[in-house]
Amino acid sequence: MIEPLIYDLSSPGREGVKLPEVDVPQTAFPEGLTREDLPLPELSEIDVMRHFVRLSQFNHGVDTGFYPLGSCTMKYNPKVNEDTARLPGFAFSHPLQDTETAQGNLALMYALQEWLGEIGGFAGVSLQPAAGAHGELAGILIIRAYHRDRGDDRRTKILVPDSAHGTNPATTTMSGMEVIEIASDERGNVDLNALRSHCDDCVAGLMLTNPNTLGLFEEHVAEVIELIHGCGGLVYGDGANMNALLGVVRPGDLGFDVLHYNLHKTFSTPHGGGGPGSGPVGVLKHLVDFLPDPIVDVIEEGNDEVPPLYGLVRPSKSIGRVKSFHGHFGVAVRAYTYMRIQGKSGLRAVADHAVLNANYLRTRLRDTYHVPYDRICMHEFVAEGWWEDAPQVHALDIAKRLMDFGIHPPTNYFPLVVREALMIEPTETESIEMLDAFTDAMIKIAEEARSDPEILKTAPHNTPFGRLDEVKAARELVLCYRPVDSDPR
Amino acid sequence: MAYIPHTDEDRRTMLATIGLERMDDLYDAIPPDVRFPDLNLPDPISEMEIIGELRALSEANLEVQHVSCFLGAGAYNHFIPSVVDHTIRRNEFYTAYTPYQPEISQGTLQAIYEYQSLVCNLTGMEVSNASHYDGATALAEAVILALSQHRGKRGKVVLSPAIHPQFRQVVRTYTQGMGLTLVGDESLDNGVEELAGMLDKDTALVAVQYPDFFGRIEDFSKLGEAAQEAGALLCVVVNPLALGLLKPPSDFGADVVVGEGQPLGIPLSYGGPYLGIFTTRKKYVRKMAGRLVGETVDSRGQRGYVLTLTPREQHIRREKATSNICTNQGLMALATTVYLSVMGKHGLPKVAELCYHKAHYAAEQIAALEDYSLWHDGPFFHEFVVNCPRPVTEINDRLIDYDILGGYDLGQDYPSLENRMLIAVTEVNSKEEIDDLISALKEITHD
Amino acid sequence: MEFPTDLMYTDNDEWIRVEGDIGTTGITDYAQDQLSDIVYLEIATAVGERLEKGETLAEVESVKAAAYVYMPVAGIITEVNEELADTPEMVNSSPFDEAWMVKFEIIDPAELEDLLDATAYEKHCQEREH
Repeated sequence: MIEPLIYDLSSPGREGVKLPEVDVPQTAFPEGLTREDLPLPELSEIDVMRHFVRLSQFNHGVDTGFYPLGSCTMKYNPKVNEDTARLPGFAFSHPLQDTETAQGNLALMYALQEWLGEIGGFAGVSLQPAAGAHGELAGILIIRAYHRDRGDDRRTKILVPDSAHGTNPATTTMSGMEVIEIASDERGNVDLNALRSHCDDCVAGLMLTNPNTLGLFEEHVAEVIELIHGCGGLVYGDGANMNALLGVVRPGDLGFDVLHYNLHKTFSTPHGGGGPGSGPVGVLKHLVDFLPDPIVDVIEEGNDEVPPLYGLVRPSKSIGRVKSFHGHFGVAVRAYTYMRIQGKSGLRAVADHAVLNANYLRTRLRDTYHVPYDRICMHEFVAEGWWEDAPQVHALDIAKRLMDFGIHPPTNYFPLVVREALMIEPTETESIEMLDAFTDAMIKIAEEARSDPEILKTAPHNTPFGRLDEVKAARELVLCYRPVDSDPR
Repeated sequence: MAYIPHTDEDRRTMLATIGLERMDDLYDAIPPDVRFPDLNLPDPISEMEIIGELRALSEANLEVQHVSCFLGAGAYNHFIPSVVDHTIRRNEFYTAYTPYQPEISQGTLQAIYEYQSLVCNLTGMEVSNASHYDGATALAEAVILALSQHRGKRGKVVLSPAIHPQFRQVVRTYTQGMGLTLVGDESLDNGVEELAGMLDKDTALVAVQYPDFFGRIEDFSKLGEAAQEAGALLCVVVNPLALGLLKPPSDFGADVVVGEGQPLGIPLSYGGPYLGIFTTRKKYVRKMAGRLVGETVDSRGQRGYVLTLTPREQHIRREKATSNICTNQGLMALATTVYLSVMGKHGLPKVAELCYHKAHYAAEQIAALEDYSLWHDGPFFHEFVVNCPRPVTEINDRLIDYDILGGYDLGQDYPSLENRMLIAVTEVNSKEEIDDLISALKEITHD
Repeated sequence: MEFPTDLMYTDNDEWIRVEGDIGTTGITDYAQDQLSDIVYLEIATAVGERLEKGETLAEVESVKAAAYVYMPVAGIITEVNEELADTPEMVNSSPFDEAWMVKFEIIDPAELEDLLDATAYEKHCQEREH
């Protein structure tokens, strides 16, 4: 049963909020500048609340069930984070109030910068980017600015592996640079020969995801980085897969010059149905001056009696501001809370159990689903959703059938280097019972693929909605509801 | 170990299944010389203790529930109806991911469709995306859309100096690698006529703000005509709450309307997360970045919603994508959807009118003070600029003693506006608070 | 899967029919099969325009992919298929006939020699299958 649109629930004259009467003398409105018609719905508060509660019930979230979306790290979102982010001192502080009156916020941001730097092995961190892709943009602009600052404007190429997330080449183009795609080898690593052949003095850098999108730790990461540094380029790390590295290895120690973190993946802040995220960027010493403007720094050292005085500082060669104000502070509070609760030992345990869970699933599924790169993986692995003896069944059908078991499908059709890819990332917050239930469901689906493929091709069956017609949506493009009496412009 | 359910027994079983002896064996692929660093991080603490620690930290801040706020400049202290937070606290909404699997994401998808509809109807445009990070990045994306629309053949962008300084900074950061010419905002004297004069066949886009950074309102119809003649796109940056009162920018012939959605149900939260509103005409939809939800039907004939036109996005088009945006501001868009739904046709104009009347009352009272005057005498919404007898920082330092958070020091961004304060008044400022501000300003002058 | 023998092909899945010094171009049956349901098509050129070999003449979008169509050889555009924008699904149903995209005057016939014949193109398609 569908839920009507908010406009369909509207009834003339209904009001949802009572506001106080105006308590000052009134002023005439500016002539010719006021609007005649406001096409918004009219609802009472109960209508609104029921509508959104019912809508929410159509969603599967981490709090509903297993969500093994590869590359997204759908770990449990701790509830205490929601409470700390809403503390009035945080939630009701204005970004432009004098920094002396926001010392609590700045102290939190400074600590988060320091801890992220420590975890990643970086000398400087900016919390300003709003999401991973945003951090990427900042990172590539930093690389570009670094070369130009040294008088080198020949370096206009960025090398990107073919297994990379789509944001990597898109970011490169946005930065005004050229994408050169590098092939993967048979073991799923960056092909060293291909890389070597492209290393010249026009290369600004390489974008590398490690572990890569196959869930594998680059076997030649040291050589790869040395090759790029050797031809004068810098290495950008896509930190989406950091969940496997916490306390295990620091990208900065491996030689990555700049990296973005995803607080909404690794550091437990919620995905919110598609955001908000937060994509801080960490850099080695030679890039600190280029960080986005501003970062938090100590203005006056503290002592035993007085805490340090914090302020907002513009790095001397900053690439500039990448968004308004300081970044997603509300998300930073959640990440800070998580990191305090985990502590040093907890973060290492997160990586250990994320990797343990992924390898456990890989081992239990490898006889039923072909795993093309079948060796110890990190926090995720990729399986093929296709069998020679059931060729009409595709990864898409397996995904849709999983919903009937109350499980959100893994990532489909990514990375592009594996056909009918199913990218599976369990995260560390799932128990062995949940992993076994997932394995059982996957095995059952594999059986159905041979015995009853129709049930897969027409899945899902037990969900409130069946398969949605994406072709119709793209052809007919209905993107906005207009109330009948409003003026279409 | 927090949030990790495994027992020793579980670990033993799992390691045995995998065929390993110890947990550390999972990491053989990592170079030994850099493996297992000793991180300088604090030890874990309990949930009980962290709440106390963070409460103390948060109380080291001034916050607007305990002082009267007259500070705006792009982030505003508004009343947020309680249903908004109750909705975004629903686990099914905030613990869900991007709705790539529509069959189990209709809550998120329909809510986004409703967001798109409400925001289009507010701005007078025909399509909206599912949001950008904030108003500033939305403006940068509008510039990119215009460049793409002209297939890279036009390289000039005209920006009004009255657009929020931080928004213009972000546009410059985003476009630093694109070899563009950005003009218009080098002088505050560049009003609509001067900007129109800068439009030519090389101009991809001209952008103005409504109300502008100083709170002023003006009609941009002439600029819209000039833009059309030059073949340039007109982008209007709005405060969406003002559109509860003011006529929509579609009336000026705007091609793209962007803005900061924070005033619509999103808390101040020291600057983020906020909401980048991006709306445009249907003819530009394929050049528009960001996620988009469209209506369709499912296999059972039910009306439903899906992410559509996904080939525009980075995960398919890769280096040819219009933008690299992936995550949007999903939960904040939901907050705004609830806010606009519960405020509705009657509530939103009421809030806008309260802001308008209170701001005009405050301006009048301040103008009547001996040592203060208004910088501008034309129409304004809920912000206005005051010429002050002393540096703004000094005045604000003294205002704190009266539990008042003073306005924005314009001298930080505009060298010709030293000693000028941008004051914002919203529906939450009572007449008493405004009167207290006036008497405080009077007293401060005479120290 | 069709590979008409009276056409020449590029390895980016365009076909060209040569009649005298006029060329007609579109995308192949293999290409439309890979893209699946086409939902949008935009011809990115106009009558009179000169395009070099490899320059973009159109953009095609399906639900899951976007692709660019490139000139197989240099030419001056003489005709554009106006109907395609309204009925892009013709690319799926009739890729070699009704879904022709542009006609053009071939500038340098020698460029035709670099193209593939039907047999070579079919082999190229088979090699790309897993």
